[in-house]
Amino acid sequence: MPPTVSPTTAGSLRLVGLTKRYRTGDQALSDVTLEVPPGQVLGLIGPSGAGKSTLIRCINRLVEPSAGRVFLDETEITALHAGGLRRARRRMGMIFQEYALVERLTVMENVLSGRLGYVSFWRSLFRRFPPRDIENAFRLLERVGLTEHADKRADALSGGQRQRVGIARALAQEPELLLVDEPTASLDPKTSRQIMRLIREVCAERGLAAIVNIHDVALAQQFMMRIVGLRAGRVVYDGPPEGLTPAVLTEIYGEEDWGPLKPAQTDEEADDAAGIPDDQDIARAL
Amino acid sequence: MTRPASRTTRTSPVPSETAEPTLRDQAPRRHQSRDWPSHWRRPPLIADARLRWALIIAVACYLVLGIGSLEVNWARVADGWERGLRFLGGFLQPDFQSRWGDIEQGLMESLTMTLTATVVGVLISVPIGIGAARNLAPMPVYLLCRGIIAVSRSLQEIIVAILFVAMVGFGPLAGFLTLAFATIGFLSKLLAEDIEEIDAAQAEAVRATGASWLQVLNYAVQPQVMPRLIGLSLYRLDINFRESAVIGIVGAGGVGATLNTAIDRYEYDSAAAVLLLIIAIVMLTEYSSSWVRRQVQ
Repeated sequence: MPPTVSPTTAGSLRLVGLTKRYRTGDQALSDVTLEVPPGQVLGLIGPSGAGKSTLIRCINRLVEPSAGRVFLDETEITALHAGGLRRARRRMGMIFQEYALVERLTVMENVLSGRLGYVSFWRSLFRRFPPRDIENAFRLLERVGLTEHADKRADALSGGQRQRVGIARALAQEPELLLVDEPTASLDPKTSRQIMRLIREVCAERGLAAIVNIHDVALAQQFMMRIVGLRAGRVVYDGPPEGLTPAVLTEIYGEEDWGPLKPAQTDEEADDAAGIPDDQDIARAL
Repeated sequence: MTRPASRTTRTSPVPSETAEPTLRDQAPRRHQSRDWPSHWRRPPLIADARLRWALIIAVACYLVLGIGSLEVNWARVADGWERGLRFLGGFLQPDFQSRWGDIEQGLMESLTMTLTATVVGVLISVPIGIGAARNLAPMPVYLLCRGIIAVSRSLQEIIVAILFVAMVGFGPLAGFLTLAFATIGFLSKLLAEDIEEIDAAQAEAVRATGASWLQVLNYAVQPQVMPRLIGLSLYRLDINFRESAVIGIVGAGGVGATLNTAIDRYEYDSAAAVLLLIIAIVMLTEYSSSWVRRQVQ
């Protein structure tokens, strides 16, 4: 879906020629140009090492891009210095693989840490957050279904619960955009679907755009509005989830039997995809 | 197939003859079988056998020569044996009474020295430890803090104590300065290493919210290193108490001075009392600190 969005709308993200080369010489991203309109939930797929995590981290500059520009609405994030960058980061909530909660802090402290960009060091040191922030944090915990766990330590929760805290922390920032890095990498299939659904719902409720790195193609097809495929730091697919044919998946990931992964396809295609590699397997076995 | 129990009654060649074809039938052969060795040894650390044996023989020769070069004055050992026995005798009848005033004063001095030096040392160590953590500090600060740690660690307590006694005179002030100085080297280094090993994802997550450097320190680093910092501080507290007994010998006050005086006067029963008290206090801090460490995990 071609993004037709006026630059004044809140929460539209634009990447122009984004490039990242690590000091080790690894070219993680090559000239990525991408536009995400407000409210769009975009799935980023690609093999390990394709640059998905780097792309997400270049947006809030946890990783410094080597070239290219990032715009959030009018703000050029790549042009900001320390203070401005911190203020810009408040507008982008981030959700992590393995949750990245501060394990020894309480659930409430983890959620409130989403407000750190807004309060002074002394207030945060003594955990004296503004009443409005606290109220909002409780509301978010209710939204993700963890009200009674507010005073527990984060490491006392299960994986799915921890990721819900992670989502509440990101939402506490009152962001315009969510950056989501492999949110279900360590969750079972059922919990994964619950978490993905929750992310979809909160985005819809708040009109948030999101970029979601995701390993599981089936999950991406089920929950994403748009899919971008990365291979070796380049965009090789950009389109609707239905467009992920075996040919496209092969383009993104390389040759493989995509048989059981395809949901919306004709029977012939399914037979083709499943049949050919089977023959090859037999040939290899002989 | 018959059970082994019935087989034992037969002659030995019979089961092996029947077993072979059955095995061949059961296992489908995918690869041509080769003759694999049934003997395996872990590869040696030093691959070259000649070098390995040369090293072993060299070390053995050095050990024999080294022991041979020890000159033992057996007459002196016999002398000392008697003194040692008197010392042990003193231990069996420790005298807490006759020098109690000195002992009490020494102990109080040592405890004061230990506690103040540990508190001050820890307070100074925390910023230095943060500065010496490569993942938090910029290069110049890192090098400076590592330098401070290296200086503090390379000087042994007794040498530092002699220096401070020369600077500020005999007494517990010199002891306090020595112990605080030694605490900095110990604690900053271990704290810095602990900070370098924190889970970076947690710090990254807090930084991504727009938190400042101090807030990242407070919300992501501190919770991860606090239990260990408390544990190390308590550990240092009992190290400092033991050290206070040693540095007293060179004039830095505390119970070490009392102990030294008692030994100089051949009052082994009083010396024994001092040593027993030191052991008791060290054990007490040991047990209480391990209890506290369990609580803060």
